Amino acid sequence: MLHTVNKTLTEKPSLLSCLRLAGAGSDILLIEDAVYSAIRGSTGARLLEQSRGKHQLFALGPDLECRGVKAAQLIDGIEVVDYAGFVALAVKNDTVHAWL
Amino acid sequence: MKFNILINEGPYTHQASDTAFQFASAVFESGHEVVRVFFYHDGVHNATRLGAPPVDDRNVIARWVKLAEDYNIDMAVCVAASLRRGVLSDESASQSGRAIANLDQHFKVAGFGHFIEGAIIADRTVVFGD
Repeated sequence: MLHTVNKTLTEKPSLLSCLRLAGAGSDILLIEDAVYSAIRGSTGARLLEQSRGKHQLFALGPDLECRGVKAAQLIDGIEVVDYAGFVALAVKNDTVHAWL
Repeated sequence: MKFNILINEGPYTHQASDTAFQFASAVFESGHEVVRVFFYHDGVHNATRLGAPPVDDRNVIARWVKLAEDYNIDMAVCVAASLRRGVLSDESASQSGRAIANLDQHFKVAGFGHFIEGAIIADRTVVFGD
């Protein structure tokens, strides 16, 4: 299953819920403000680092770029994808769940 | 592969409509198809024909209209959500005794069942909101 998360933990606990409930082997894509959670040292990043190995983690490149976040700032294990990559993840997984 | 898209937020305040538009564009560029876009809750504000954003800003509504024209996408607003928010078709305006109709002609008015039908027709349903 592909899970999309679009908010930081300071705005909504959706990342927390996602990481708690997503089944092992799920793909998790951070979009919109949620890409901030992939920055090394952030609260979200610490949670994501704990789930590494259980889930495959992705961040939407255009949302990183428009927020001035460089790939070098991200924790290890995050794959940056573009919108075509988002579509490819949606095609690969038979269900897409948005944590809103 | 066929995609069905649900948008729960309006333009400009939130990024959901922008993300959904970029995703939908990428769906077609990747050789797939968006069969339906259903606008729900505040998402119905994406369907007003009266939006007049500054010329140096993106026109979210016009962008959806262009994509729908280019790829023959079925775009619909939820009937209850749009009536509540004053996004009215000619028929809705007439029935509600309102002088102005503002629903762009590229959008139809439909019940939530239309979205569910889209989910049945499509291989994937993707939701965008806040």
